[in-house]
Amino acid sequence: MSAFDVPSAALGTAAPAAGGAAAVACYAACAVALICALMVITQRNAMHALLYLILMLLALGLVFFTLGAPFAAVLQVAIYAGAVMVLFVFVVMMLNLGPASERQERRWLGAGIWAVPAALTGALLAIAIYALGYSGEARVTAGVVTPKEVGISLFQDYLIAVELASLLLVAGLVGAFHLAPTKGERDAVGSADGHPPAESL
Amino acid sequence: MNEMATVSTPTILGISLALFLIGLLGVMVRRDLLFVLMSLEIMLNAAALAFIAAAAKWRQPDGQVMVLLILVAAAAEVGVGLSLVLRLYHRLDTVDGDEISLMRG
Repeated sequence: MSAFDVPSAALGTAAPAAGGAAAVACYAACAVALICALMVITQRNAMHALLYLILMLLALGLVFFTLGAPFAAVLQVAIYAGAVMVLFVFVVMMLNLGPASERQERRWLGAGIWAVPAALTGALLAIAIYALGYSGEARVTAGVVTPKEVGISLFQDYLIAVELASLLLVAGLVGAFHLAPTKGERDAVGSADGHPPAESL
Repeated sequence: MNEMATVSTPTILGISLALFLIGLLGVMVRRDLLFVLMSLEIMLNAAALAFIAAAAKWRQPDGQVMVLLILVAAAAEVGVGLSLVLRLYHRLDTVDGDEISLMRG
């Protein structure tokens, strides 16, 4: 294991009291992530919700880093907040939902529609926190698990899972390519008035 | 050995659970399919946070491997889901999930 300690020393947080400072950063990033998640589901404008979602992903990346998972943190920032969110931004821009959809959202999202789901999830959260209380105060000092260890595990123990994941990505690619509306369909719908015929959906 | 954060694992698990439930609340309440997909992303990230918390507790690389697999699943899900939303919008001129009732007899 000592061979793996060398890269972790170059990862920063060189201060002697890094454990405490990193814990503060971890909890602060957790708070940011929770607030941003709440903002995502309560926003009416899709673009604003998307920006909050990106902020939540970046905050979670910081949490991953402080918990000693630099590889997952970099993946979170580069792939999640980068590539996946760019897809979202493209689609929101393509749909070009204007003020009309915001008015519609305001009509849908009264106080009444939030009441029952919020009560149910709140009850579930209370039960789960009560149950977590029984697991004891397990304070751990996170050690860095370096990308090298992750790579060794990835391509030895999890080799089949990696192959299946790549197959899943190909399936997603083919599915998205097949399902995305073609140019002819877009033109036909654009010229139709009212609901277009749904003969081949 | 460089020390990282000293945190309590149950607290991180509680935060991940709260994130998951926020995402679940979004899936239940919102009708706009874009917001439903965003809430699904929140739920997937909550699961990833739980894996990272467990990986930090036992100092094993398996948690980060699972995060990578979650990332792949999320990418495939977003690709297919967003193209379905686009197709729905071009057909019915709406992103309201309740409008998909064409198979009703």
